[in-house]
Amino acid sequence: MSAARQVDVAIIGAGPAGLAAGAAARNEGAERVVVFERDWEPGGILQQCIHPGFGLHTFGEELTGPEYAHRYLTRVREAGVEFSLNTMVFQMDKPVLKDGRKTVTFWTMQPERGIEQIEAKSLVLAMGCRERPAGALGVAGSRPSGVYTAGTAQRFVNMEGFMPGTKVVIMGTGDIGLIMARRMLLEGAEVVGVFEIMPWVSGLRRNIAQCLDDFGIPYYLNHSVCELRGRGRLEGVGVVEVGPDRQPIPGSDKFVTCDTLLLAVGLIPENELSRMAGIAIEPITGGPIVNEWMQTSEDCVFAAGNVVVVYDLVDFVSREGERAGKYAARYAMGRLENAKREFKIVPENNVRVVSPQTLTGEDDVTVYLRVGSPVESKCRLYAEPGLFSQRLRYARPGEMNEIKLSASQLKSLASDVTRITVGLEVL
Amino acid sequence: MSCVKKFLCVSCPVGCSLSVTVEGAEVLSVEGNTCPLGEKYARSEVANPVRTFTSTVRVNGGLLPLCPTRSKTPLPLSKVFDVAREVAQLTVDAPIEIGATLIKNVCGTGSDIVASRSLPRKHRDSRELENSA
Repeated sequence: MSAARQVDVAIIGAGPAGLAAGAAARNEGAERVVVFERDWEPGGILQQCIHPGFGLHTFGEELTGPEYAHRYLTRVREAGVEFSLNTMVFQMDKPVLKDGRKTVTFWTMQPERGIEQIEAKSLVLAMGCRERPAGALGVAGSRPSGVYTAGTAQRFVNMEGFMPGTKVVIMGTGDIGLIMARRMLLEGAEVVGVFEIMPWVSGLRRNIAQCLDDFGIPYYLNHSVCELRGRGRLEGVGVVEVGPDRQPIPGSDKFVTCDTLLLAVGLIPENELSRMAGIAIEPITGGPIVNEWMQTSEDCVFAAGNVVVVYDLVDFVSREGERAGKYAARYAMGRLENAKREFKIVPENNVRVVSPQTLTGEDDVTVYLRVGSPVESKCRLYAEPGLFSQRLRYARPGEMNEIKLSASQLKSLASDVTRITVGLEVL
Repeated sequence: MSCVKKFLCVSCPVGCSLSVTVEGAEVLSVEGNTCPLGEKYARSEVANPVRTFTSTVRVNGGLLPLCPTRSKTPLPLSKVFDVAREVAQLTVDAPIEIGATLIKNVCGTGSDIVASRSLPRKHRDSRELENSA
């Protein structure tokens, strides 16, 4: 076996999180920062998201996905980040102690270089997420062609020049599905309707307004697609209304003719490599447990973006990517000391998703959280003991909320405090 | 007679619910916005709703068969289908630079259609591509 290629900070994934991590790691002073990307170009899913709405926070104007990627790539190249494109990371070891410090080893596959072993002083996981597929839903009926995830259809229509079909039904109200409803319509397809099993919309409300309402596309809450019909090609779907228990209401089923079904039913952080490395995964988010340095359960491994928790805005992904890159660089340079304390953030009262899940209290931090069910009245977001309180006009699962905590606040907590509870109280 | 119109502001991801009191074509008041963009959006929505339009055009000899495009400025919502049809007719040659104007004053809207990414020509050798990245 030939010697492993040495890298200071390795980053897996050249999407928005990986790009931000790369630039930040270089700017923090790390020497060899390499981003490994399986696609032929950096940018990740941004390249297929040709709609506007990106970058309001980061660049102060509304950009399309490719424009956001372009701007960010300029920054990244100026910072001196190396790219290894067309490169698949397929195997990763649990980090081991070597010369008194932890290092991580993984294997890549690339057309010209073949299989290569990489050894990194620190690593940023930035693999993003994937879409929940048809197989995960257990819809009855035949298995015809014409069933796609919304993101796959998006890549076909926006990058590869294929139209998935002519008469479309969309299952779920995730943002990608709503955006694809508009996109398919503008490309000449008929969009019959959007069916959501929950009593609320899971995407951003602005996407209901500008993707469905603008074009008169109907959507139905408390409805689910329960059957696929068709031999060879999809001929239609069975749709049923569901009760509060999400079980079908007898007699409410109807048949909807269509040749294409797009699924927008949720995103799952992509953590196969993280699991191989023995990283602790949080069951609710599906991503690694991280502290405010974006450090995982293995000291030398950091994580950022949708691999940790599915964000609603790319600007947040970039911000957390920068954080991961910065601390990964410090770790690689031997400048990140072990935390003296650890606070565990415990969600309660309708708060379901929290990231990060632990804090060292050494730095200012933004804690992201999502509620489990919508609250359409005045409510109060809080972090106890006595750290944060904010009144909100509403809280919806589709939109992330932020709690900002400062290091000085955390340092002033009594030494026996190890838990911080965050929750949402209806007023 | 004044009446109240309800809009959802799409200026940013917050998505404020706006209540707009209008009399004829005149906006008397805007409520529910949490920033100045909301007021601007409400006034525009009453007078003439506009949206940023995005689509793709076919590309000859490009690394990808399509190049994403956008309207440089928001254009009237009522013209979106006309614009979509006109953009669908267009085929351009690679290479394309991000920001390049592809259609001037599309459908008389006063807005241009511009490329929203750079697209190089198709390379024979993938190594050439990697070196340029």
